This record gives sequence, structure tokens and C-alpha cells, in this order.
Amino acid sequence: MFLTAIDRYSWRKSLEAICIPVGAVLVALIIFGVFCAVVGANPFGVYGSIYKAAFGGWSAWQRTFIQASPLMLSALCTVLPARLGLVIIGNEGALVMGGLGAIAVGLSLGESLPPLLVQIGMAMGGMLFGGIWIAIAGALRHYRAVNETISSLLLNYIAIAFLNHLVGGPMRDPSSLNKPSTFPIAEINRLGDIPGTRIHYGLLYGLIACIVAYILIQRTTFGFAARTAGGNVRAAQIAGLPVGKLTIIICFLAGSCAGLAGMVEVAAVHGVANESLNVGYGYGGILVAFVARHNPLASALVATLLGGILASGGILQRSHDLPDATVLVFQGLVFLMVLYSDSLYGRFAFFQERETLPSNLSPIE
Amino acid sequence: MAQALGWWGVPLGIIAGTFRGSVPFLFVSLGECLTEKSGKINLGLEGTLLTGAMSSYAISYLTGSPWLGVIGAGLAGMALGAIHGWLSQQPRVNDVAVGIAMIIFGSGVAFFLGKPFIKPSAPQLPTIDLGNWSNLTQVQAALKISPLFILGMAIAFLMQWFFKSTRWGLYVRAVGDNPDAARAMGISVFKVRMVSIIVGSFLAGIGGAALSLYYPGVWTERISSGQGLIAVALVIFARWNPIQCLYASLLFGGARSLGPALQSVGIDWGYYLFNAVPYVLTLAIMIITCSPKRRLTGAPGALGTDK
Repeated sequence: MFLTAIDRYSWRKSLEAICIPVGAVLVALIIFGVFCAVVGANPFGVYGSIYKAAFGGWSAWQRTFIQASPLMLSALCTVLPARLGLVIIGNEGALVMGGLGAIAVGLSLGESLPPLLVQIGMAMGGMLFGGIWIAIAGALRHYRAVNETISSLLLNYIAIAFLNHLVGGPMRDPSSLNKPSTFPIAEINRLGDIPGTRIHYGLLYGLIACIVAYILIQRTTFGFAARTAGGNVRAAQIAGLPVGKLTIIICFLAGSCAGLAGMVEVAAVHGVANESLNVGYGYGGILVAFVARHNPLASALVATLLGGILASGGILQRSHDLPDATVLVFQGLVFLMVLYSDSLYGRFAFFQERETLPSNLSPIE
Repeated sequence: MAQALGWWGVPLGIIAGTFRGSVPFLFVSLGECLTEKSGKINLGLEGTLLTGAMSSYAISYLTGSPWLGVIGAGLAGMALGAIHGWLSQQPRVNDVAVGIAMIIFGSGVAFFLGKPFIKPSAPQLPTIDLGNWSNLTQVQAALKISPLFILGMAIAFLMQWFFKSTRWGLYVRAVGDNPDAARAMGISVFKVRMVSIIVGSFLAGIGGAALSLYYPGVWTERISSGQGLIAVALVIFARWNPIQCLYASLLFGGARSLGPALQSVGIDWGYYLFNAVPYVLTLAIMIITCSPKRRLTGAPGALGTDK
């Protein structure tokens, strides 16, 4: 009897966990359709175009995955500290610092080592720089009680200023005229594509990072300690958990994921570091994290969805004569609705566990 | 400018930049200050600023009246504020996350509707010329003060008085410091926060109007460059005190003009690093004044909690 109660509980709850976010996306689609109709575009045509550009066919999927991989990595920068109860929004800064770390290693190693080692070095450089960046926020939180949301936001701007300074002066390639950039890394050291596709290896980095993060949080004692500290800091301290160390390590890991995203952008997409590093994958990642309710595996899915929306920007302009900001409106609507839907859990009677009398007990007559 | 004045161009450039650049900061930070005093944070003011800049520019262009544009910007801000206020107060909805979604939504709406207005030039707000005593055109140009600056200053003092000496100000502070106690007093936490966020967004919208109708006085998609988010840092820098928001806005506005002013006399080095001065300063002040043993003085008690 106990077991059946659990079973019943779980399927209704699982159904709720699927229906509510899907419903939220549908409502966002309807509102967006009304918006399109008001500005004079055929909503169904627009839906069709977004679907086709994002998920219609292999080449669309490839574009979607290319957009999704930095989002997966950058989302983890918010996901991991959230398990400790911290709200980190320094993804953009960690990504930028990671890109700088990667380019620094890539340029200084040049072609002195085999490409694979240089790539590993760039990844390490990116992770180290990004990790330290967020670990600063974690350490300030623990030792000085500085609000981590604000400090990580400030660190974003400091990192961006640092990037602009370096690419505008000390690290500038004089031949980059329109868009100041660093010197490019050697062609041979660039992160290639997964064989048979046009998707770079960054996607694998993203997927592996999400899986590792999931295992780390859900299946290890370290993750258990982190979740305990996130639930109640005082209780964790009394239980003898090293809360300070946990905070800094988790923040370092979080930042290193975003830093790796920066490395992927540098080593696979641009080949140089410039202001293209700072195009919003950081802020996109924060949203992915919240929409995925800080679950690393769900983050990979949500990042793919957002990647698809981002990939459909161009086509709306070409075939519907809508400004490219249309995608921003759509993205904003989807996220607002999904965030709102969080408050709906437990409000629908259908998804609640039923109070039924066990069959072997007859009601009192 | 610099050729005629030599090194005097640097302080003059900074003064001019301080007066010009501080106006949007002043309005956004006052809006954020009011919002945060009620215990919620609104990161979405970046989107509000952009929407305000776009709508004021569009209205000014279409009607020929910049002041109508300023009012329109405020109203557009209120609409976004209403969404944020309602959404961020639903159970289990995080105000930081809603704020970031509102940045995306607000800037999306602003870029979408503002696309046709990038090219045309709209009538600008008049300025108050305090520099007419001087023969130098540079001095005259530097001391063109926007009436919005005077208005913002008045609002800062008014808000200080409001928090300190009025019943409604007490309500806002009570809701921000201890919602449970406020509820016990019979105050509707929801309504007070809703009104605070909407009025705060109204002010942020006017800050946007200052961008597009005063300085730099154009409408482009990069016009705000993160000033709405910076306001959050600025309010902390100002310790949630409206008068100090005024000083902090002047400081942040001045720091932004440091790079361009030095560039005008041929010093290029560190142009971007000077842009980062306000953030480093805010972070340094937070590190010095925060302590694990107590909250920041002036910080609303419920800020950053789920209460």
C-alpha cells in the first residue's frame, strides 16, 4: 500500500513537471502570435519559420547546437552555486575571462606543442581564469558577507572593461581595424568540428559538463554536502561541514564552466578574442539555469531550446520582414511565462496525490 | 575643444560629462532605490531604460513635443514595472530571474518598435544655459544643464523627505525591512511593493528619455550600455539613500567621462579601464563595509530573501 502511494505520487508529480513548463511555452507562443498579428505578420507563418530554422532538418539542428553549447556551459555557472543557495549572475564576466585565459595560452604556446596539447592548455587556461573570477565572488560572500549577486554583476563589468582594454591596446592585432581583436590563434590549434557535422567540439564539452555536474551534485558526497549547506548553512556548520571551502570550490567549478564556454567561443568560433565574446551568452545562461530549475540535465535541454530560438533570428528578418529583435521579444515572453509557471506547481488538483482509502479497508457503515 | 584649451580641456570635459552623464544614472538609481527599499530588486531597469529611450524619442519625433516624449517614456516604464511587480511577487518566482527576463523582453520591445526611428532625428529637450557669462564656447557647451537634472535633484530630496517623514514612506520601509511585521500592522505588502516598483520604473523610463532626448540625444540600440544594471550597484554605493544616489550619480557620470576627457588631450591609455572605475569602487566599498556579523547599514532587511 505504501508503495502504491509512492507510485501514484510520482506519476502525477512527473506529469505536472512536464505539463506546466510545456503549457507555459504554449501560452508564450499564443501571446507572441497575437503580437505578430498586431504588427501585421501571419503568426502561423512565423511559428513555422522559427520551427524550421531551429529544428527543421539536420542543418537547422546543427546551427541550434552551435548556439546551445556555450549556453549549456554558461548556465552551469548559475546552476552549481544555486545548490548552495547562492544566486550568481557573473556568467558573462567568467565567460569573457575564460576567453582571455584561452587566448593567452593559445598565443603563448603557438605551434610549439602538438595541437591537442595546446587545446587542452587553452581549455585549462579558460577554466582557470573563469573559475578564479567566480571564486572571488564566492570568497567575498563567505569571508566578507558581500552579496554574491551584486559582486558577480560588478565583476561582469570589470571583466568586460578588461577585455576592451586588452584588445584595444596591449594585445591588439594592428591589422584588425573595424573590430579591435587580439592576434588569432594558429589555424591548426582551432577546435575542429565533430566528424561528419559542422558542429564544433564545444557541444561535447557542454553535454559532458552538464552530465558531470549532475552526477557531482546528485550522486556524490561532495554534492550531498553542498545541498545540505544550501538547505541550511547553520545546520551544515554544526554538522562539521566546511562551508567556506565548499562555497569557494563550487564557485570555482561554476566559473570554470563559463570560462570553458569562453574558450570554446575563442578556439572554435572566432579564433580571436574580441567584443564578440560579450554577446549575451552569459545572461542567456542565467535564464537557462532558472528555467531549468537549477537541474544540470534540464539545463542542456533548455539551452538547446534557447539555442534554437537564437538560431532563428535571421530567417524572421528575411522571410517575414520582421526586425531581428523579434527573437528577443519571443525569448523574453517564453522566459517570463516559464518563470511564472513556477508559481503554479501545486495549484491544480489533478496533479495532487489522491487521498483514497486502501481497497482492503471497507468504509465504516 | 582640446586644442584651444590645452590641459584645461580635461577638467572641463569631466565637468561637462558629469552633468550630462549623471542624468540617466540619477533617475534610474532613484527608481531602483525606491524599488529596493520595498524589499524587491529590479534588474530589469536596463530594459526599462531602453524602452523609455525608444518611446520618448519616437513620441518626440511623431508629435514634435519632447516633453510629451518624457511622459510617454515614464508611462512605458510603468507598464514594464507592472509586469515585473506582479510577476516577481508570485510564490517561488525569483526577482533576479524575472529581472533578467525583463531585460530581454524590454530591450526586445524597444529594438522592435524602435527600428523605424533610428534614422530620423527627433526634437530634443531644451537646456538651461548656465555658461553664458563666459566667452568661451567650450564653457558654454559644458554648462548646458538639462531641466531633467534639476527635476531629478528635486526628486532625490523629495524622496528623502518621503522616506523619513511621511506615513507612506514608513510603509515602504516597513515592507522592505520586515514584511511580516508590516503585514501585522495591516499593510498590504503586495500593494506597497507593486506601487514602489511601478513608480520606480516610471523614474527609470524618464532616465531613458534623458538618454535619447538630451545626451547623447539619439536613439540607437547601444544607447544604454548597461546603465540600468549599473544602477543596482549605484544604489548599494549610495546605501539606499536618495540624496547619496544624487552624489553617486554625479560620481559615476564623472567617471564615465574620464576616459573621453583624457582622450581629447591625446591620452589613449586606459580608456576602457577608466570605464570600470565605478564598479571597482563599488566592489571595494562593499568589501570594506560588509561584514559577516551584520548587514550593510541602510540595507532593507527583506532584500534578497523570499519573504
